[in-house]
Amino acid sequence: MSVMKRMSMIFKSKANKALDKMEDPRETLDYSYQRQLEMLQKVRRGVADVATSRKRLELQINQLEQQQNKLTDQGKKALQVGREDLAREALTRRGGLDGQLGDLRAQYQQLQGEEEKLTLASQRLQAKVDSFRTRKETIKATYTAAEAQTKINEAFSGISEEMGDVGLAIQRAEEKTENMKARAGAIDELLASGALEDYSGPRDDIQAELDRVGATGPGVDLELEQMKAELGMGSAPKELDAAPGQQQSQAQQAQQAPRPQQPGEGQ
Amino acid sequence: MIVRLMGEGQLEVAEGDLAALNKLDGELEAAIESGDEEKFRTALHALLEQVRAVGKTLPAEDLAPSGLILPPADATMDEVRAMLGDAGLIPD
Repeated sequence: MSVMKRMSMIFKSKANKALDKMEDPRETLDYSYQRQLEMLQKVRRGVADVATSRKRLELQINQLEQQQNKLTDQGKKALQVGREDLAREALTRRGGLDGQLGDLRAQYQQLQGEEEKLTLASQRLQAKVDSFRTRKETIKATYTAAEAQTKINEAFSGISEEMGDVGLAIQRAEEKTENMKARAGAIDELLASGALEDYSGPRDDIQAELDRVGATGPGVDLELEQMKAELGMGSAPKELDAAPGQQQSQAQQAQQAPRPQQPGEGQ
Repeated sequence: MIVRLMGEGQLEVAEGDLAALNKLDGELEAAIESGDEEKFRTALHALLEQVRAVGKTLPAEDLAPSGLILPPADATMDEVRAMLGDAGLIPD
């Protein structure tokens, strides 16, 4: 049998089973309306849940993007101070984040799509529920058993189909949202524990190395140059010669110094 | 004939357009039986596109039941099998 017909039959049989449970058609209408209101509430909660997960993902994407930018900056700085090895390390780590970010962005798109679909479904169901309320009151007011039964069956079947459709959409969105929440939660934990930071490195070993290079590398060279300049560039070798001489004479003086004290001490 | 595209809404399709839909429906059925997800997706999208092309969207507040129902565009083959019952499409 065809897919289209078979799906329609499954929906109809579900609606019929629900209808068969009711004795008084007017009760059926009221009960059904209550169910629709509950369903509408569920749809709204579904939309809110999906929106929350989407926002959480958005925050995490922003955080990862910041870390990615930081690694790019670190790579540039490393190259500027001639540390290609560090630059390579920074870019390698950024590559690891690229994959994660790509995955998160795809999930974000998916959640955004679910949110849009659920919002539409919610609006559609709202319109149906409003229209059902009006129709049920009309049927109840002009109630004659035979006529009402037909009208109720038709209205009930249509709205039950809609509820089945929307219900399935929420169920699917909920499954996807749970999945996203779990992933988002895992990344939250990683960010909170600092594991991801260590990995991506806002204040990691690359930064530490860059700081060290920045502070002691060119800094020391500059200081050395300044010292050399103060002492006179050409005389640098002489200084080296002179220094031992001075040290020797100082040592001699130091050795000599105690001598006059020795007789004093001896006395 | 009213056709429901799940997750989208209901459309009114003229009797004359049903033959083309049935042909695509047959292809969808064959794709599910073959177990080929790619074929299934192509067939499902072709059928949905055709309904959207020939159908006239019904207002949201309409409560009429549909004569034909189609799964959502992003449904997987397994999901559709589950919707149709565990036995799949075999029994009439």
